[in-house]
Amino acid sequence: MSVWHQMFDFENYGELLVLVRNSLIAGAALGLVGGLAGVFVAMRDLPFAVHGISELSFAGASGALLLGMNIVAGSITGSLLAAGAIGLLGTRAHDRNSVIGILMPFGLGLGVLFLALYKGRAANKFGLLTGQIVAVDTPQTAWLLVTSAVVLIALAVMWRPLAFASADPDVAEARGVPVRGLSFAFMIVLGLAVALSVQVVGALLVLSLLITPAAAAARVTASPVLLPLLSVVFAMTSIEGGILLALGSSIPISPYVTTISFVLYVACAAVGRYRTRRWGARRTAPA
Amino acid sequence: MSAVISLRGAGLSYGPRTVWSDLELDVQPGEFIAVLGPNGAGKTSFVRALLGRQPLSAGTLTVLGRSPREAARHIGYVPQQAALSAQAMLRARDLVRFGIDGHRFGPRLRTAAVRTRVEGILASVGASAYADVPLGLLSGGERQRVRIGQALATDPRILLCDEPLLSLDLHHQRAVTELVDARRRSHGTAVVFVTHEINPVLGLVDRVLYLAPGGHRVGTPDEVLTSASLSRLYGSRVDVVRVHGRVMVVGALDDPAHHVPEEVHP
Repeated sequence: MSVWHQMFDFENYGELLVLVRNSLIAGAALGLVGGLAGVFVAMRDLPFAVHGISELSFAGASGALLLGMNIVAGSITGSLLAAGAIGLLGTRAHDRNSVIGILMPFGLGLGVLFLALYKGRAANKFGLLTGQIVAVDTPQTAWLLVTSAVVLIALAVMWRPLAFASADPDVAEARGVPVRGLSFAFMIVLGLAVALSVQVVGALLVLSLLITPAAAAARVTASPVLLPLLSVVFAMTSIEGGILLALGSSIPISPYVTTISFVLYVACAAVGRYRTRRWGARRTAPA
Repeated sequence: MSAVISLRGAGLSYGPRTVWSDLELDVQPGEFIAVLGPNGAGKTSFVRALLGRQPLSAGTLTVLGRSPREAARHIGYVPQQAALSAQAMLRARDLVRFGIDGHRFGPRLRTAAVRTRVEGILASVGASAYADVPLGLLSGGERQRVRIGQALATDPRILLCDEPLLSLDLHHQRAVTELVDARRRSHGTAVVFVTHEINPVLGLVDRVLYLAPGGHRVGTPDEVLTSASLSRLYGSRVDVVRVHGRVMVVGALDDPAHHVPEEVHP
């Protein structure tokens, strides 16, 4: 079989499509959550936190796999523990990065241990790190959807003060916005979002859903309506496109997702450069 | 008229270190008061106390007859222009809008009325032309105009400006101080203006609060900014010279009125 055929194979596509129905549903929820949470990950400069949380999430998921428990629940537990620790111990950026740097290898090590002890199918193990489309069965989909709903409601409630506190913490605090409380609350929300993403793209590639789409959107707009909207569109395109392309192949889903989201970013960066130059020209022209 | 800000025997210490003590001050509506002093003399703590983010260690502080925290929404706060996060993915109009409803939880309602108000505020500070430009692309002076718009969005009784002129050129310094002064005259808003450099606001200032390591002094610029008064505050010889209506202080390290020689006064 040629390399090309390993990467792209659309034989019996219709039959395969039925098999990944759950993944497509989960992917849509994930695109929504990742695209929206990503806006604050970019605003609050938290990519490293996302990475740190995802390793603990991986540890939780692999622990659950070993014990024969619900993998999504295990993944969420690991995520929340990490997010809580980062939120409590790392109020300042410098402390935060140290906490993350300490948690991350510990989580990864723990996960490797659990997977080494696990005697089941090897594909399950690999899937947690790099993602796989058939990982999502029906009870897991229910878990994913409920968690997504929790994240979306939390974000809807705190969106405005969180945006204020993220962009302009001094004035927000002066206006009575609970800056610290929101910072912790967002960490928890982020923990849940990461746990969701780990299910589909795997622990190592979570950033492609939680940073890249929002960062791409930020290159082309600063509008508080358009930016989250574009971010969601990009995240959904990446994940659903990734699932559909990966369908017939023998390769994990993540390279498809990461490539689509990277290409979107590069395109936005190019458009952004052009736009900035145009703004600059307009703004230096005599009034 | 009753004072909008009132400090009685107010003091602030961090552990054994006293920043300032026995501060007595009443700020009247429409008054322009400059807070001067070298770094470390407690200007920042003073701002934080007024915003209710720093409890006093002695005495009392009331804002509009209430605790500072309760009065927070009546204070328009203008921070240093560098205070904005580099990742702030916002336009000028969004920053102003935060001043109106940024502290509220839940989805946005009644957006049309708010939008009209934002337009009005942007026009009043002369920022309409760049309302839709991302903040990261604005110059320091433009950003401070927007900042003042944001602070005025709540229709405050007090404007608290913390080094708003920092790293602005003379032209923008004048534009910003004029905006602040116009608001004071039209609405009787009291202005507390913390600054390193008195000269850009010297013509507007009613009184000065000078915080120094050796104590503090409150009075008109003519009373406080003299060789005798500053020498006493610093505990060493300080000369105050007036040249063409500008104040220059010689001998005090890191002095707020210290004038950079190469700066040309037009």
